[in-house]
Amino acid sequence: MRHLLRSPAGIAGTLLVTLMVILAIVGPPIWGAEAERIDSTAILQGVSAAHPLGTDNLGRDILARVLVAGRLSLALALLATLIGAGAGVVLGALPSVLPRRAARLVTGTVNALVAFPGLLLAMFTAVIAGLGARGAVLGIGAAVAPGFARLTQTLAASVAGADYVSAARMLGVSRWRVMSRHVLPNIAEPLILNLTQALGGALLGLAGMSFLGLGVQPPSFDWGRLLFDGFSRIYATPAVALGPAAAVALAGIGFNLLGDVLARAAARGSAPEAKATGRAVPDTGGIGEPDPDAVLEVRDLTVTFPGGVTPVRGLSLTVAPGEIVGLVGESGSGKSLTASAIGGLVPYPGEVSAGRLRLCGADLGELPETERRRLLGTSLAMVFQDPMASLNPALRVGGQLAEVAIVHQGASRTEAGNRAVDRLEHVRVPEPGRRARQHPHELSGGMRQRAVIAMGLMGEPRLIIADEPTTALDVTVQREILRLLRQVTDETGAATLFISHDIAVVGELCHRVVVMYAGRVVEELPVEELVSGAAHPYTRALVASLPDMETDRSLPLASIPGRQPSPAEVGGGCAFAARCELATARCAELPPLISYGTAHRVACWEA
Amino acid sequence: MAQTPRPRRAGGSFALRRVVRFAVSLAVLLVASFAMIHLIPGDPVRASLGPAAPVELVAARRAALGLDQPIPDQLLSYVRDVLGGEFGTSFISGEPVRDVIAARLPNTLGLALLATVVALLVAVPLGMWAAIRTENGRNRGTEAAFTTATGAAVAVPEFLYSIALVAVFAIGFGWFPPAGKGGPESFVLPILALAIAPTAMIARISRVETLRELGTDHIRLARAKRLPAARLYVRHVLPNTLTATLTVGGLLLTGLIAGSVLVEYVFAWPGLGLRIVESITQKDYPVAQGVILVYGAIVLAVNLLVDLLLGALDPTSALKET
Repeated sequence: MRHLLRSPAGIAGTLLVTLMVILAIVGPPIWGAEAERIDSTAILQGVSAAHPLGTDNLGRDILARVLVAGRLSLALALLATLIGAGAGVVLGALPSVLPRRAARLVTGTVNALVAFPGLLLAMFTAVIAGLGARGAVLGIGAAVAPGFARLTQTLAASVAGADYVSAARMLGVSRWRVMSRHVLPNIAEPLILNLTQALGGALLGLAGMSFLGLGVQPPSFDWGRLLFDGFSRIYATPAVALGPAAAVALAGIGFNLLGDVLARAAARGSAPEAKATGRAVPDTGGIGEPDPDAVLEVRDLTVTFPGGVTPVRGLSLTVAPGEIVGLVGESGSGKSLTASAIGGLVPYPGEVSAGRLRLCGADLGELPETERRRLLGTSLAMVFQDPMASLNPALRVGGQLAEVAIVHQGASRTEAGNRAVDRLEHVRVPEPGRRARQHPHELSGGMRQRAVIAMGLMGEPRLIIADEPTTALDVTVQREILRLLRQVTDETGAATLFISHDIAVVGELCHRVVVMYAGRVVEELPVEELVSGAAHPYTRALVASLPDMETDRSLPLASIPGRQPSPAEVGGGCAFAARCELATARCAELPPLISYGTAHRVACWEA
Repeated sequence: MAQTPRPRRAGGSFALRRVVRFAVSLAVLLVASFAMIHLIPGDPVRASLGPAAPVELVAARRAALGLDQPIPDQLLSYVRDVLGGEFGTSFISGEPVRDVIAARLPNTLGLALLATVVALLVAVPLGMWAAIRTENGRNRGTEAAFTTATGAAVAVPEFLYSIALVAVFAIGFGWFPPAGKGGPESFVLPILALAIAPTAMIARISRVETLRELGTDHIRLARAKRLPAARLYVRHVLPNTLTATLTVGGLLLTGLIAGSVLVEYVFAWPGLGLRIVESITQKDYPVAQGVILVYGAIVLAVNLLVDLLLGALDPTSALKET
């Protein structure tokens, strides 16, 4: 129940509903006599000290009547909700137990009724059942039912696949029994939580019916009826209408706000919040002079999230023109976030700090905003993991490519369109002219990834960051995309930062490999040394986990025992120590990344 | 995960299925509206004319309505009449129900459509603005204010907005006429009363959809392309949020048509809604029957249109559903 009080909406809703319930209980005994007392000397009065909301045509005090009417209004709404919910649950459960044809008929009816405005259903029912409270309650009940039927159907379908339901079915338990014993009890909670919202709707619906003169009839009175009486006098004494109106509005708001919070709580169990520990350990020591030839130069890159979670810690990286650098690591090692940080795409509330972040010789931190946008827009191409998701489904493929040229290079629409077709052809998309006019969903996965690469080639890319570009593709398509990346790098002289968890692919494609573990670079080495010359125990374990032709297939694949610490758990020492066979007492201290032969660096005390 | 291009034909069969569903629903509605008169306990003619009416008058009225015929014959002639645009005559005024509908329907539809347009024009930018401002949990204050305000606005029914608007702007300030249909100024308050709750609702949907969209890879890629903000939001984000927004907008339009009953009642707006309330309280069953039938048919037609429109706008979403 505590989550109710966490949001202002929840607090306001709980407060209002509590007030309404108290009013319904204590209203009639306290103000009942006052509400019925006829005073012929005070008929049709406006606002006065004795009658804060005025009096009606028999001189009865309207404030007292509003306070008393709460009980009837709530009771009728509750009745209508229960009738509607009961009918709805039965309607919603029926398709699960009826034969297929009948089930489809019920589902179809429910779908048609859900789309039908409740008020019309209520009026239809009220015409048949006659004017008065009974007709209105039945009518509003009929209006509530379809929503509950739909909810029951959806919820029942969501548990229908659960193991215990399948098991009951396999045991030959009848469908009625499965429904009543296994399904309904498990969906009861969300159904009950949704009652609050339905109750709010029913209350407003009944008020509307009574306000139209179709609901509660005198001498009974609910808020709607008081509103009906007051409305005819709104010109002379607006207060007599506004009093009951405010009561209805407050009740409606209360039940809806509370219902909203409850329904949302029903939809998703509250997720435990991650506890943040750990702290950033900035690399000390100088960062040296900038390298004028490097395409990308990163020094001391740190990405921090609130609560001290630091997924990337003091990372340094240099990429030369034409070079393909592989950035490997398990998921969670911070490699994708490193890519985002270089591209300036770290989502709020993440914070990026870097001793140096230079792209094509320009310091991204010092560049004016417009130039930075232009540089990143044209010189940096990004390719993401899922080609299904990286193209905008609503826009034509050609248009998405062309806009880079339009926005950053001032090309005209036609020029940009032609260039887009040309680029698509360049990445060997067959029939580029036709494909450019199509939407992404009409292209295959491999073709879409080609299109994304072509998009990167619209500018003059100096650096391509490919973040797991082949993970979502099947193996043959993977090879083609890898070949294309290599070819693009060769032709344009652009460098590629290839991010992958697949050390085999990295070994095949890249010139140089950078291994990340728990947010830090642990080893950096030429690809030729990867198989036999790796110095860090983690890299060696990664390489050893790869099966090759000599691997004995009857043995389980080698894997690294333990798991990588999450960014919040990383301590001050070597993060791999807990999983490392060679670890010693010294590993409680952070090993620096130091030179280990030519173009080879490693961060390990034991290397 | 390689995927073959979708066959184009699927779009056509989707539209066909929806039209068939519409036709079936319409038939059910027709039977239901016919059954309405017969489900009324006792004799509807007697109920309408009152206990004092002479027996001969009741019998004559029954014969004129065809209520003395066998039920299947009555249904057949009812369907034939309705398809021919004939809805019977009012018990009370004797005017053809067809004329009542023809005179009143445009006023109701005009109000509902204008309110929908106003709601969409305000709500979509509002929701997008809120989403951009509160992306990834920044500006928690704005988020709380937005959800609470829209939650409260949705919870207040049209007739209360109507009464409040009349009390404040018509009677209090005297800026707008309190009732009746006249010049453009007479439209302002009814449209406002109808549009406030849908605006809040659509703004919420628009915000949620925009937030979802901002987290997608293609928006990440679009941001990586460093597009100007206007282009990013209008060209890349907006189209992908519209499907859900328009679905809700379409469903709200049907709700608006029903809500207009109460708003028309408050503003004495000469539409169908005012007439249906009168006909129910006066037990003028032919009018109630005809008007409910027309309302129902409009709702079904709007739902069909929304579905077809969405099918055309976003082929993938249309194909996903059954």
